[in-house]
Amino acid sequence: MMGTESHIAASARPAIGGGFRLQWEPAQQAHVLLYPEGMVKLNSSAGEILKRCDGARTVLEIVADLETAFGATGLATDVTAFMAFALSKNWLEIRE
Amino acid sequence: MSTPPAHVAPTAAASPATVGPPLWLLLELTYRCPLHCVFCYNPTNFAQTTDELSTDDWLRVLREARALGAVQLGLSGGEPLLRGDLEILVAEAHELGFYINLVTSGVGLNETRIAALKRAGLDHIQLSFQDSTREMNDFLSSTKTFELKSKVAALIKQHGYPMVLNVVLHRLNIDHVAEILAMAERMHADYVELANTQYYGWAFKNRDKLLPSRVQLERAERVTAEFRARIGGKMRVFFVVPDYFEARPKPCMNGLGSIFLTITPDGTALPCHAAKMLPLEFPNVRAAGVDWIWRDSPGFNHFRGDAWMKEPCRSCPEKTKDFGGCRCQAYLLTGDAANADPVCDLSPHHHLVTDAVARAERPLVEEKPLLFFRDAKTSRAIS
Repeated sequence: MMGTESHIAASARPAIGGGFRLQWEPAQQAHVLLYPEGMVKLNSSAGEILKRCDGARTVLEIVADLETAFGATGLATDVTAFMAFALSKNWLEIRE
Repeated sequence: MSTPPAHVAPTAAASPATVGPPLWLLLELTYRCPLHCVFCYNPTNFAQTTDELSTDDWLRVLREARALGAVQLGLSGGEPLLRGDLEILVAEAHELGFYINLVTSGVGLNETRIAALKRAGLDHIQLSFQDSTREMNDFLSSTKTFELKSKVAALIKQHGYPMVLNVVLHRLNIDHVAEILAMAERMHADYVELANTQYYGWAFKNRDKLLPSRVQLERAERVTAEFRARIGGKMRVFFVVPDYFEARPKPCMNGLGSIFLTITPDGTALPCHAAKMLPLEFPNVRAAGVDWIWRDSPGFNHFRGDAWMKEPCRSCPEKTKDFGGCRCQAYLLTGDAANADPVCDLSPHHHLVTDAVARAERPLVEEKPLLFFRDAKTSRAIS
């Protein structure tokens, strides 16, 4: 399964994977993903992407929101590449 | 509790000047336990502990540790379900933002309590099995618990918890890895930890009866790899190799005082759950705040950085990767906690490890194990 999800549809609505919890940790000045006996410390762009993955917004909407928030354009490739990676790690899931 | 958490993202080695947060907080709520496992890492003199911390003490520890940045919480023991205030502690920990892991034998986890713990905010349950068969599970824990644990496994899934199945491996059950993995699959475990015994506490006392042979170990690793390939992403399987078979030591606890903080039932604060054996003065949460304990106490600063190291560690290029290995193992095997972990083949004491491994090569047939079962009577008798 790992590494096979190289694509994610623009209309998909990604959510944080079951068994994972995303939260901001002031002591680490970072978003972290928590799971049974483990933790992933996210860099700032990964944190910004994942905190928008609420199962309601589509990939397209999330990309647009990020571009607005950071005054950037052309983020779609990087964002979807990261989302595909996060899906392969079960950090994200697509609920049908 | 059987294994230290193995997969927290590592950070740089701590020195007294740059102390990071104690990301991992392990509360050993009690030494009382209905099981009597021969490989338990609890201290062999555990029966001398009679005065457990109160609910209020634990609540204060939770608040103070969270303020320092602790985020992963392990509730262990002994058997943490023997604390009637477990639900209160979980509720407060959840309110504070901890990710809460309950490490349990399953004994005492009924429908009522599992639902109450879920409401309180418990995130995950790690259930220990001693083997895949009733006979061996019950023998190794010196109890009749296999059926009960199987029921608890079903309850855990029913209530929507992610389930980690933990099985401590050793000479007497490592040949059953295929059956253990099949059992985990039947129970729909999300994670399986096949954790080879680490030789501290009761396990060290029983070491020569528990250390597997190299052939056993390699077979178990092969079986695990085949299972992983078949199961794919449905289940994550961790296989923790016994470090006696390695040539380089493990980066134990990512260096003492770096990310782990353990509080024992009587309130002693330790930089590792096995560290009580070390000849150091460790602080107690009854007498000091967690902030001072973590940042300033001599017990926690002693093995930070590398000033304490001796040769061959001091001049070793790998000292920033493995921190000289495990202090407890160095102390247990060589009598000096500042020595290199004898697992390292550069250690002048490495033969202590290879001798034990060589003794494990004896044939398995007709072995009648005479083991020390972890119970209060034996504890008092040998300590």
